[in-house]
Amino acid sequence: MIDKTVEDLAIAVGDITDGATVMVGGFGEAGSPIELIHALIDHGVKDLTVINNNTGSGEVGLAALIKAGCVAKMICSYPRSMNSTVFPDLYRSGKIELELVPQGTLAERIRAGGAGVPGFYTPASVGTPLAEGKEQRTFNGIDYVLEHGLCADFALIKGKCADRYGNVIYNKTARNFSPLMAMAARTTTVQVAECVPAGNMDPEAVITPGIFVQRVVLVPDPAHESDLVRQGVSYP
Amino acid sequence: MSSPEPTVGLTRDEMAQRVAADIPDGAYVNLGIGIPELITKFVPEGREFIYHTENGLLGMGPSPEEGQGEPELINAGKRQVTALPGAAYFHHADSFAMIRGGHIDLCVLGALQVSEGGDLANWSTGGPDAIPAVGGAMDLVAGVKLVYVITQHCTKKGEPKLIESCTFPLTGAGVVNRIYTDLAVIDVTPAGFQVLELSPGVDFDYVQERTGAKLLDRSTLSGT
Repeated sequence: MIDKTVEDLAIAVGDITDGATVMVGGFGEAGSPIELIHALIDHGVKDLTVINNNTGSGEVGLAALIKAGCVAKMICSYPRSMNSTVFPDLYRSGKIELELVPQGTLAERIRAGGAGVPGFYTPASVGTPLAEGKEQRTFNGIDYVLEHGLCADFALIKGKCADRYGNVIYNKTARNFSPLMAMAARTTTVQVAECVPAGNMDPEAVITPGIFVQRVVLVPDPAHESDLVRQGVSYP
Repeated sequence: MSSPEPTVGLTRDEMAQRVAADIPDGAYVNLGIGIPELITKFVPEGREFIYHTENGLLGMGPSPEEGQGEPELINAGKRQVTALPGAAYFHHADSFAMIRGGHIDLCVLGALQVSEGGDLANWSTGGPDAIPAVGGAMDLVAGVKLVYVITQHCTKKGEPKLIESCTFPLTGAGVVNRIYTDLAVIDVTPAGFQVLELSPGVDFDYVQERTGAKLLDRSTLSGT
């Protein structure tokens, strides 16, 4: 019988090793799998390359992972946010690497990686510093820049509900990058607030089909980053 | 003659209202963070705009009532919003397909600098200590059908933002269609900055003195 649910968070992240590339879902706090990230901090890894739109806020979730020294490189579009000091401080002192990618290019690179497409041309960033050194080509008189698909060893994402097959639905704007990351990672782990028996999810409503998900872990009452930041929580 | 008073021109709300007056009924609109967000307060009577926020929502509504917000229902500025009846959620690749694929009619963005050729700089001053952060701006200017800029005509230090060529790193080259400032409405044309409208109490020379490139007034319009 197929059952992708795993017992706890430690098992869910237990095989992530030093130097791995990890996609982390979320746009700001919406969709950020805080409990999985905290489990990864407890697990203890270093030299990760992490792909996320941002770099976290306060000293919880993604910001805490960076603060704990687990991350060597960030690939993101917007590494500044309100209450975000961990990444900026490390970046200014040269202790963390940054690959800055336009947001739509980041999304499409992940989608392409998951879809078996090694590269694509986009008009975004042409004529800007972010296109420097990249191959360019003209189609119908318009210039485009070549971007490469992104794949990862692991994806850690957050859903609202899943079944044992790994079918996932999301909550509002918490969906953002997660369905793309699920496709692009070799091992995708989703934390969900609710697990339902197979058959209870409307197949028409499934957003991420289970083929893209390897592990499901139940986190019934997930924390919100803004609440933790407001409370001054610093993890661990 | 022009007045040296620094208080002339439109307020931020009036600027936003002026932009809203030019948005057609039924338009799909993406608003940048800051002054552009004020536009939602001024939808003209009888028109309906659909707001797109690039983090995955069409049909974005106003901020929630105090205490009614949800941490997972936010806009691109990461502020809590609401979803109007008829709204739709989608993932990031679909969201930027809407942008890059030319499905969004109009975006309104802030600016650090705009050149007379329509180059936009709005993501970085290029300073050595700056944390570079671009977000979705480069995708928006590359793909949205009309790119409007809303900005104060000059910086807080009084330096012109509308100039011959940008000194800050570009967001996109030749992408801006129209600029709304506190002093004027200006089109970017192949011939340069074309003044369409002056704010009440402001004359052409006053705006020209505060612009770092030559302005064309209506008398220079040829033919039509």
